[in-house]
Amino acid sequence: MALLEMKDISIEFPGVKALNHVSFASETGRVHALIGANGAGKSTLMKVLSGAYSHYTGEIHLDGRKAVITSPRDALEEGIQIVHQEVDTALIPYLTVGENILLHDLVNEMGRKQLVGWKPLHKKATRILEEMNISVSSKMLVSELTLAQKQMVLIARAVSAQCRFLILDEPTAPLSHSETNELFRIVRNLKAQHVGIIFISHRLPEIFEICDDITVMRNGELVIKENISETSIHRVIEQMLGKSLDEQFPFLNGKVGEIVLEVKGLSDAEKIKDLNLTVRAGEIIGIAGLVGAGKTELCKTLFGCTKITAGDVFLNGRKLKLKNPHQAVRQGMALVPEERRKEGILVEESVAANLTAANLGQFTKVFSFLDRRAEKQKAVEIIQTLGIKTPSEKTKVQNLSGGNQQKIAIGKWLIADADVYIFDEPTKGVDVGAKKDIFELISALAKRGKAIVYASSEFPEILGITNRLYVLYDGRAVKELETSAATEEELLFYSTGGR
Amino acid sequence: MEVSKPVTAQSLPKKKFELFDFFYKYGTILTILVLIGVFTAANPSFVQGHNLMNILRSISIVTIIAIGITISLSVKGFDLSVGSVASLSNAIAISMFVWFSQNTATAIFSALAAALMVGIINSVMIVKVKIPDMLLTLATMFIIQGIALTYTKGATISQNMVMPDGTFATGKISAAFEKIGQVPWIIVIMAAAVVLVHVLLNYTKHGRYMYVIGGNEEAARLSGIPVDKYKVAAYLLSAFFASIGGIVLASRVMTAEINAGTPYLMDAVAAAFIGFSVFGSGKPNAFGTLVGAILIGILQNGLVMMSVPYYSMDIVKGAVLAFALALTYYKQKK
Ligand SMILES: Nc1ncnc2c1ncn2[C@@H]1O[C@H](COP(=O)(O)OP(=O)(O)OP(=O)(O)O)[C@@H](O)[C@H]1O
Ligand SMILES: [Mg+2]
Repeated sequence: MALLEMKDISIEFPGVKALNHVSFASETGRVHALIGANGAGKSTLMKVLSGAYSHYTGEIHLDGRKAVITSPRDALEEGIQIVHQEVDTALIPYLTVGENILLHDLVNEMGRKQLVGWKPLHKKATRILEEMNISVSSKMLVSELTLAQKQMVLIARAVSAQCRFLILDEPTAPLSHSETNELFRIVRNLKAQHVGIIFISHRLPEIFEICDDITVMRNGELVIKENISETSIHRVIEQMLGKSLDEQFPFLNGKVGEIVLEVKGLSDAEKIKDLNLTVRAGEIIGIAGLVGAGKTELCKTLFGCTKITAGDVFLNGRKLKLKNPHQAVRQGMALVPEERRKEGILVEESVAANLTAANLGQFTKVFSFLDRRAEKQKAVEIIQTLGIKTPSEKTKVQNLSGGNQQKIAIGKWLIADADVYIFDEPTKGVDVGAKKDIFELISALAKRGKAIVYASSEFPEILGITNRLYVLYDGRAVKELETSAATEEELLFYSTGGR
Repeated sequence: MEVSKPVTAQSLPKKKFELFDFFYKYGTILTILVLIGVFTAANPSFVQGHNLMNILRSISIVTIIAIGITISLSVKGFDLSVGSVASLSNAIAISMFVWFSQNTATAIFSALAAALMVGIINSVMIVKVKIPDMLLTLATMFIIQGIALTYTKGATISQNMVMPDGTFATGKISAAFEKIGQVPWIIVIMAAAVVLVHVLLNYTKHGRYMYVIGGNEEAARLSGIPVDKYKVAAYLLSAFFASIGGIVLASRVMTAEINAGTPYLMDAVAAAFIGFSVFGSGKPNAFGTLVGAILIGILQNGLVMMSVPYYSMDIVKGAVLAFALALTYYKQKK
């Protein structure tokens, strides 16, 4: 059994003290949960451990021996592997799965060999994939994979090398239920092989399912470390937010008006087939479905991103003919997309520029000149309403924590005043406190008479926030239910193809 | 929510990165100052008024063309055809006077119209047919170069030139047109281009949209920004400024030599890229582009004054450019 100790770790970024004298300890052969609100410093602490930064203070000890970790290479040599929160940044899209899994070998183990042996490479990669029971071909290009598959490839890469500690930063956020179970099987396997796993997640139930120890962080500091069997979800939430959290879902008043959005027999070229749905003013409808059921495709088709091959969409009784999202926005629609880093935010731009990107027209004077004061004012307002943790509205979005980036993707549509709001997995990677804020925002929008489409594979959320729901299976809306009469078992039943 | 209180600036880490930040922001300007120092030491007349004017005049065409490139870069596009567009505009403007005895307005408008046609072709092929910009503009670069050559029949157009039928060309270049390429107008045009585009990119909605598109095209599209329209506009503006560059060039040399605009492409690209780092903006920007062009102009002028032979000039020029870039991009690992 090996012991990992991080002692008195502090790190600063311009304007932020991200970690403040944090002492963290973990052991091999155990699964250790690391939790905290968005921006608490979880990812940063793990980046320190995996050698992403060299300007921190404090010490890292392994088995009582001081380990100097200031570069990713140092960390790898100590057997510390990390799977980052943003999977896209760690994979090379135009290489195959096999090459990505064995990237480390390709880079460091070639020695004097100049030629890549494709056969052994794919053979080795296939073996690793098989051992982990991942059904992805080693020869596929990473760019063709789904988010969940990319995640799997990254984990495969991590464990294919020498690995004493494996850090998983929000691995389950993009995964479906069955994929999560798959992952947990792998995690238990690794645990049995005496790998120490540090597991970051905002889904508390699964933490209690898989973890042995739990460490809670708040505002760059370590609050508690406990044995999971001796604590409770309630206590953990209280520690991480600094206050207790009451009812998670807001009360819906259920007053609905006229039909705003009506979809009749909609099909697209790939996924969506003969789909019908209606949304009324003030109504939140849920699109429940597993990962891959077509929720994202539906959202994008409604928003004019992909071509409709059959059927019609009516907005306020008028037939819509959308050629692109620009027209959708002009007709009063808004979409919070699922893959925020790729589709929702501009990492290189400031928080303010991100928040106003969808409706810059509001912040202009004559001749389209920008009114920066108004822009700043509104940005600060949204930062406060959403509780976005950022040093200022001028900070570049790439320096914010994952959950705070998600809040920005949502926040920009609060400025644009739309009639129909489409949310595609909006709570992905968002902490419980912020989740509650987002639910409240959505219900406030509904109370103002907006029509809301809420697509998610988190069934408890669908059941908590919607008035009515459709279950999506393989691109079809297979079932329509009043939320008050639906149960989680029912949703699972229909979403796996039951009739 | 309590946890989301923004962290205040009290805990700002100081000193450590400052030196590198400083170089990143001011590296280019520093290089310019050092160069001025060196050249003045070697030849005090370098800093005399008329030489500085000279430098400004000499960089104006590069700057104008580079401003167009800056615009295409702002939407993460790249326009390699600007050099040949400048050549074409140059040839058309001069030929309108010399061959067809037209007036100034006609000459200028014909040159601009031809350039805008190129801009339209570029943008349609890039936006609609979706050919990668580099490849497409590389192709149009050759096509336009060929068209310009065919149009001039491979000859230099100048006043009193011998026409194919053996007679002399009778058209005269107007006095008004002649003024464009002279101080102060040439510098005024350059300054106007820089200021206009600087204002466009930094202070208007349109500029912000262009940067947003350059930052993340998909996110821009999903935010409802008419991405295609802005890209079309960017390539049109790029061609427009290339054409202005060509017209100014025509007026400055009063002839249309074959491929006269081509040499400006590389200097303009360099100026635009150097401009990224000026004052740490990190993205294409008009003012930075001007600074980039000034750096190149000073180098060129200084080297001539130090009588570095023309054949080894590119070595020094390239080396100093690389040095300026190294100074700006070398950042300590954070
Ligand atoms: N490179 C950086 N530059 C500036 N600030 C940073 C940088 N990296 C992290 N931060 C800041 O440090 C704080 C902690 O961020 P971190 O990513 O560790 O949060 P987290 O706990 O992982 O949150 P989430 O659950 O949202 O992923 C945040 O306020 C973030 O803005
Ligand atoms: Mg994180």
